[in-house]
Amino acid sequence: MKQYENKGLKETRAGFGQALTFLGKKNKRVVALCADLTSSLFMNQFSKEFPERFFQIGIAEANMIGIAAGLSIGKYIPFAGTFANFATSRVYDQIRQSIAYSYKNVKICASHSGLTLGEDGATHQSLEDIGMMKMLPGMTVINTCDYNQTYAATLAIAHYLGPVYLRFGRPAVANFTDENQMFEIGKAVLLTEGKDVTIVCTGHLVWEALEASKILYREEGIECEVINIHTIKPLDETSILKSVNKTKCVLTAEEHNYWGGLGESVARILTTKKCYVPQSLVAVNDVFGESGKPMELLKKYNIDCNSIINRIQILLKKKKN
Amino acid sequence: MNLHYLKDLCSQVRRDILRMVNDAKSGHPGGSLGCTEYFVALYQEIMHYNPKIFTMDGEGEDLFFLSNGHISPVYYSILARSGFFPIKELSTFRKLNSRLQGHPSVHRGLPGIRISSGSLGQGMSVAVGAALSKKLNKEFHNIIYSLHGDGELNEGQIWESVLYAGARNIDNYIATIDYNGQQIDGTTDEVLPLGNLKKKFESFDWKVLEELEGNNIEKVIDVLKKAKNETGKGKPVLIILYTQMGYGVDFMVGNNAWHGKYPNQEELERALSQLPKTTFVDYPLSD
Repeated sequence: MKQYENKGLKETRAGFGQALTFLGKKNKRVVALCADLTSSLFMNQFSKEFPERFFQIGIAEANMIGIAAGLSIGKYIPFAGTFANFATSRVYDQIRQSIAYSYKNVKICASHSGLTLGEDGATHQSLEDIGMMKMLPGMTVINTCDYNQTYAATLAIAHYLGPVYLRFGRPAVANFTDENQMFEIGKAVLLTEGKDVTIVCTGHLVWEALEASKILYREEGIECEVINIHTIKPLDETSILKSVNKTKCVLTAEEHNYWGGLGESVARILTTKKCYVPQSLVAVNDVFGESGKPMELLKKYNIDCNSIINRIQILLKKKKN
Repeated sequence: MNLHYLKDLCSQVRRDILRMVNDAKSGHPGGSLGCTEYFVALYQEIMHYNPKIFTMDGEGEDLFFLSNGHISPVYYSILARSGFFPIKELSTFRKLNSRLQGHPSVHRGLPGIRISSGSLGQGMSVAVGAALSKKLNKEFHNIIYSLHGDGELNEGQIWESVLYAGARNIDNYIATIDYNGQQIDGTTDEVLPLGNLKKKFESFDWKVLEELEGNNIEKVIDVLKKAKNETGKGKPVLIILYTQMGYGVDFMVGNNAWHGKYPNQEELERALSQLPKTTFVDYPLSD
């Protein structure tokens, strides 16, 4: 079974900020906007190097979304950055009308998503954003798992014409994907091959799933097939179905509410394609989060490595029956 | 400027508005009739654009954004009559498979439209973004225009963009408030008084012009020209344009009941009979 090495803890948001600065040099059409959270999104370097292409909007996210739409009309590629909660629920109508319905080439870049934002608590922990964004026609939804993947995704979406929601987290997490990876929007990444269970995971839970699958193999000989879903919409149905048809059971894992998340999207594929197998959803159980350290929160809300292990053990019993 | 031609066109645009809303049995005639002179002045005398080759970015052109999207009938009429799309297409307004959606939409690619609007308060932010892109593109001679309802100023996002445009010296931008004093639930004073609008915008570092006769085509052209002269001087420019909702039709004028109500056949004929005859031709109704 393929093993992944933690090449050191790194912030996913730093991958965004550093790729953005690289893009600034490469592509004169790239512009960036921020709503008073420049350093939180690692956008300082871009703002220093390209002051004429950086727009400090102030704490006014609705205005930021509209200005980004306007800039895209002038053939610019705006990257608008703020926390996931303020990048989505606060400005949903603005995104819906001025970006999605107007089909504007705006990249909404959202950091501090999910529970792992940590101590700030529920007001800042966005657990609904994937659902909201995937419901918008024409919106591409990306949720990256580590520094390298966020870097690659930031570069990739600059070349894609259309609205994109790019979601990433706050804490330093294991950096394990390839430094020079190909990032193909809408294409799942098969991390490990296995015959017993498919784990379809996204964001910070990809590393938790890899850890879980390592332990399950070592202690019980269970072979997990781990699929890293960086693009939640459009979802790579072919890769998921191919794996599930082999393993005959699936677990989804995400740092998001059950409702509207990746798990629901996978369930839809399975039923519409008549692939009736047991499915287990690891996600936040329709509650708001609370203050705490990132790993404490993953544990309390039952979405950490151990929770994945427990759920797989139950799932495999269901599969046998 | 051919004044006779412009007045004639205003009259025809009003005919179009009334016929479109009557035919669709829905739409917003009141604000549309009130803004007719503004649109005719803007598209016939003020803006530089090329209707023959419409591009989304409008490189080298002036751009207009309608923020209060519900007055789409007047917008569609002036776009058609300025050559953006066939005049006969006006007959599809608000009907199935039409490019002329109830509120303006870029979704089906109607030339002249660069942003969808209908949910209020968003257009100024978009216009400011477009103004920034004009500056970045070094299209210094081009101006961004936008229109907003007075009731729309209730929306908080407007004030976010008013603050930003003033603070950032967005001086290639002319916003206009259609000040007709009416909104759906009553007068603007009854619903939420706007106070001294001129002072408010000035305190946000805008240059403010007022025109009391917003339904006088000469005065509207004049104030737009004055506004143009104020661009490039470090401040965004606002025109407070006092108009009358439903202007041109006696039973609609100043009456907010006609904000979003269609005239029936009898009312349509009564309304049309009050408008001066034009040298233009009505668009043909579809079967």
